[in-house]
Amino acid sequence: MTAEELATAVGQTLPGAVESHTDGVDMPTLAVAPDRLLEVCTLLRDGHGYNFLSAVSAVDHLGYGEEVAGYFGSARGRDINRTGSWGSPETPAQPPKRFAVTYHLAHVAGGAEPPRRVRLQIWLDDGVPAPSVVSIWPTADWHEREQYDLMGIEFTGHPNLRRLLMPADWDGHPLRKDHPIGGEPVQFTDAV
Amino acid sequence: MSIAEQASSPVVALNTPAVIPTPTPSKIDPPAGEDMLTVNFGPNHPSTHGVLRLIVTLDGEVIVGLDADIGYVHTGFEKNFEQKTYWKAIPYAPRMDYLGFFANELAYVGAVEQLIGIEVPERAQWIRTLFAELNRLHSHLIYLGTSGIELGAMSVFFYCTRDRDSVLDLFEMVTGVRMHDRYPQFGGVAEDLPKGFYDVCKEFCRQMPKNIDEYLDLLAGNPIWKGRLKGIGKILPEDAIAMGLSGPNLRASGVDYDLRRNDPYLAYDKLDFDVVTGQNGDCYDRFLCRTLEMHQSVRIIEQCLEGMPSGPVIAADRKYVLPPRHELHTSMESLIHHFKIVTEGYRVPAGEVYVTIESPRGENGCYVVSDGGPRPWRVKFRAPSFVALEATATCMRSAYVADMIAIVGSLDTVMGEVDR
Repeated sequence: MTAEELATAVGQTLPGAVESHTDGVDMPTLAVAPDRLLEVCTLLRDGHGYNFLSAVSAVDHLGYGEEVAGYFGSARGRDINRTGSWGSPETPAQPPKRFAVTYHLAHVAGGAEPPRRVRLQIWLDDGVPAPSVVSIWPTADWHEREQYDLMGIEFTGHPNLRRLLMPADWDGHPLRKDHPIGGEPVQFTDAV
Repeated sequence: MSIAEQASSPVVALNTPAVIPTPTPSKIDPPAGEDMLTVNFGPNHPSTHGVLRLIVTLDGEVIVGLDADIGYVHTGFEKNFEQKTYWKAIPYAPRMDYLGFFANELAYVGAVEQLIGIEVPERAQWIRTLFAELNRLHSHLIYLGTSGIELGAMSVFFYCTRDRDSVLDLFEMVTGVRMHDRYPQFGGVAEDLPKGFYDVCKEFCRQMPKNIDEYLDLLAGNPIWKGRLKGIGKILPEDAIAMGLSGPNLRASGVDYDLRRNDPYLAYDKLDFDVVTGQNGDCYDRFLCRTLEMHQSVRIIEQCLEGMPSGPVIAADRKYVLPPRHELHTSMESLIHHFKIVTEGYRVPAGEVYVTIESPRGENGCYVVSDGGPRPWRVKFRAPSFVALEATATCMRSAYVADMIAIVGSLDTVMGEVDR
């Protein structure tokens, strides 16, 4: 099923829920309005058989496609990412908002048929919560906790939204692009 | 007694069927107000397969509350991927699931290959298939050995380690290292199979089925083994799908789903093998699924040795593939290509891709987002262990505290992959 067919099928039941659709290199991709996500997910699970949630992945697009400093470890190195410095004809399209939360769905059943897959995407600004899909796919529990922990996306309606991998008192969310890679504060320096 | 008879012989079921706990699927809330005992299982316990802490509330010997605390070996692999060029980030992948190391590499390499659009030569596909199956054997042998040792079958561990060593010898022969090999490259594999590999591997395939049968003889009909595993940690097929289980954990519940057959990648569509499924979804079926799957892996390896096509083992596109070593001494262009790839890396077209492969533990997915630069914008691994461990609470309803060891072991989680 192409992205257009799926978007049309979803749009017939839930008009306006699908904001855009593209045929990715691997699977159809639907961008969904965040406040309609639960309706779309319920429809895809019950009406289209996407019963298997592979993963919930959040992506931070802060500075996406912009120049970054050149060689690793050198702030003054040649800017190899500048468009045209070698080979890249154009900068990528700018994402509509800073964060994307991506849901990879599949249809899993017995038998030899290939799994149908679809990618759902919602776009969010910083600080805007996403609806939790735990009530639709229970497996989303830890996936959403992980993304909350590492990317700082709040999931409203999650029954147990706590940090999962990082220590409970950790400052910030490490997978954000503005989270420093090095330079951890040295403990007890004020105790001299 | 045949395996099928052993599997179907009656054993008293101790457990009620699994039901996903609500509202929190990965946690069982203990009943309030009663006098319960709360104990910590782990983080340093031999049977936690790494560093896992389970906070268990007990009513006598029965588990009435469960919460998992993970993250002890979180090393920020996904953040590290973003700091390296695509080519230099390959060695991170095998270090996550250190038992199914080859599968992680394949997922990452496969995802980037799809973004680049590079064609992988036929022979490289077959070599990758062969090593993916050797790696599956390796991982299942460790599962079998460690779950044996946890449940008191000490000798199985030594036998399994012996065979695991043979597998690693084969890896060493081809890649030069025993684990974490960095053997798959974008566009193929690093080197061709060495002389003599065919004979050693053939001999391994002759011996291995006998050893697998020996493990089945030791365990499958063993009354203690059956008593510890049968009817324990049951998970219903619909619960297994809802909890996102995959691989042997899902097939043990009776769902006939294997990405190698359903969504063939590499050379699996040209190979003949059976998908092993269970019926009851208990610990015993998960054990049986993995062990019988080892037979299928040996079958696949044999077919790979027989049907291995000739030809190049890596694509010829010098913008993405390192030139052969000998050319560096004679060709200026090769030297430049080599230098460019190693220092600056190359641009990967902007886009996103999600590639799944059947790792020893199930659906191993790699989601790569590229902004068109030389470093991945975001790499996210869908770790099957992570999901399997999440389902512990579903399997653990009204289990005895002694069953917990069997259940956690049978889900076959690797904490390196859970925490990443």
